Amino acid sequence: MTDFLDPLPWLIVLPLVWGTLAFVLGPGRGGRLAIAAIALQCALALQLAGQLLGNGVRIYAIGDWGAPLGIDLMADGLAAVMLLLTQFVALPLAVYARGYFAAQAKGISQFWPITGYLLAALNALFLSADLFNIYVTLELLGLAAVGLVAIAGGKPPVIAAMRYLLATLLGSGAYLLGVALLYGTYGSVSLSVLMPLITNEAPPAVLLAAALMLLGLLLKTALFPFHFWLPPAHGGAPAPVSALLSALVIKASFYLVLRLWLDLFAPLTTVAAAQLLGALGAAAILWGSVLALLQSRLKMLVAYSTVAQIGYLFLLFPLVTLSPPGAAESALQGGVMQAVAHGLAKAAMFAAAGSMIVATGRDDIARLGGVGARLPLTLFSFGLAGVTLMGLPPSAGFSAKWLLLMAALESGQWWWVAVMIAGGLLTAAYVFKVLRRAFLPVEAGDSVTRVPRSLEFSAFALALASILLGLFGAPLLELLMAGAAA
Amino acid sequence: MSTALLYALAGAALFAIGLAGLLLQPHLLRNILAFNILGSGAFLILVGLGQRDGITDPVPQAMVLTGIVVAIAATALALALARQLLDLTGQMRLPEDRPDSNPADD
Repeated sequence: MTDFLDPLPWLIVLPLVWGTLAFVLGPGRGGRLAIAAIALQCALALQLAGQLLGNGVRIYAIGDWGAPLGIDLMADGLAAVMLLLTQFVALPLAVYARGYFAAQAKGISQFWPITGYLLAALNALFLSADLFNIYVTLELLGLAAVGLVAIAGGKPPVIAAMRYLLATLLGSGAYLLGVALLYGTYGSVSLSVLMPLITNEAPPAVLLAAALMLLGLLLKTALFPFHFWLPPAHGGAPAPVSALLSALVIKASFYLVLRLWLDLFAPLTTVAAAQLLGALGAAAILWGSVLALLQSRLKMLVAYSTVAQIGYLFLLFPLVTLSPPGAAESALQGGVMQAVAHGLAKAAMFAAAGSMIVATGRDDIARLGGVGARLPLTLFSFGLAGVTLMGLPPSAGFSAKWLLLMAALESGQWWWVAVMIAGGLLTAAYVFKVLRRAFLPVEAGDSVTRVPRSLEFSAFALALASILLGLFGAPLLELLMAGAAA
Repeated sequence: MSTALLYALAGAALFAIGLAGLLLQPHLLRNILAFNILGSGAFLILVGLGQRDGITDPVPQAMVLTGIVVAIAATALALALARQLLDLTGQMRLPEDRPDSNPADD
């Protein structure tokens, strides 16, 4: 039993165990346990990253059964980057959630168990090596996410959760049909078995399967025009939940789109399809940013900002597909860096927005006066996260957009550059809309109370990480490429 | 026409019926039923196409069993949410207004 301490299975088992323990402990309990366990998960993810940098791709057969009868877990560079992001965003958010629910108990009852299951589903998804396992983890993730949206009760959250549930079920239904068609054609669901089988002379059933799976995943990623469910779901949930959903959950389906596009369906991808994904991404950037600017509620503004930032992720597809090899590599690095930067910055932004709402007692941008004076660190975190989203140096958002920009210029697709710049300016507009209000003095009749320190510092840690990653992001890109080279 | 293809075509028809119900019906209970029909269609395709020369392949059967468990969990969650929605609004349907059309609202 030399591999008893292998990080791969423990990254899945650990959150399942603490989620269940938190459920057994009773409503609202288990926060401290969760924080300790997530810290351990961070260590496991780091250990896994170290193994990858040393020896390349890792495969683990659960219970020594091995595929096709058993289930294999696989970790390559991309999976390891997403695992690191998940654990290191979850840790400050868990600290934040403990403070947040101490100040505002609504929604605490089942937060810890469902969060445990959510993290288990995320980790399992990133480690899955076959299409059917991915389907199961996608559904687990969707159900946990819907549960978290509905956690606070009340009319708007329950409506948002129901709409989210129907959208996510439709998405995984389409994905499952694609898996069924692939199994019918090739008799396997393993990624490594299917990869050499799928060529550009694949039968029409495989093309249909690819289209169905990608469409289903796009619906779950909330790419424009499938974004209708996202703003009410992310904007209506309690702040720690919004942060988890916006930072991590949509990244999971994006990760799958990327994986399918680059590996499994690479022989089938066409320029037209890539341009379509890029165009939808561009539309998402503009539409999401303009709507963010029009919002009067702070959390809805941040939620629409997520719609816009998802668009940047999809700019990578035309760049990867149409570019010369060197530029394609920097497009991939830029896209993944954008996913990581957005994960950290959006978690920080939702956390800071949640603190401001707790402090002012309402979710209204027009009534933010006095926040700058009473919660300077929170406002500073919001601003730093905004810097990352705008893509200003030295943040990780800047590195991401720089890499995408270089790829766009090298492949002669200057129009994506114009979209990126317009998106950056619109982002600045909606971030400053909030900052301007927050620096005004308190309006007569309003009051701004202090919030617990843990709220301020956890949001600040996330925002700071999103900036520092821009300066020290090279190891992360090295890790990403560790899997690709092997 | 082989039996495998017959099953697959029946599955595709079920999937289409479920899809139409999910997109076109306003009633939540019908949506939940439609999702189950859609899922059954996918399962039927998985099992139907999975048999080779009339010999049953056990792997897709195991997958469908797992899929049914997942579908039950999803249905239970959907029913619980629909029930809560009925208690809160007195209606078994989602309100029509899209958040995009009226950003200043709610």
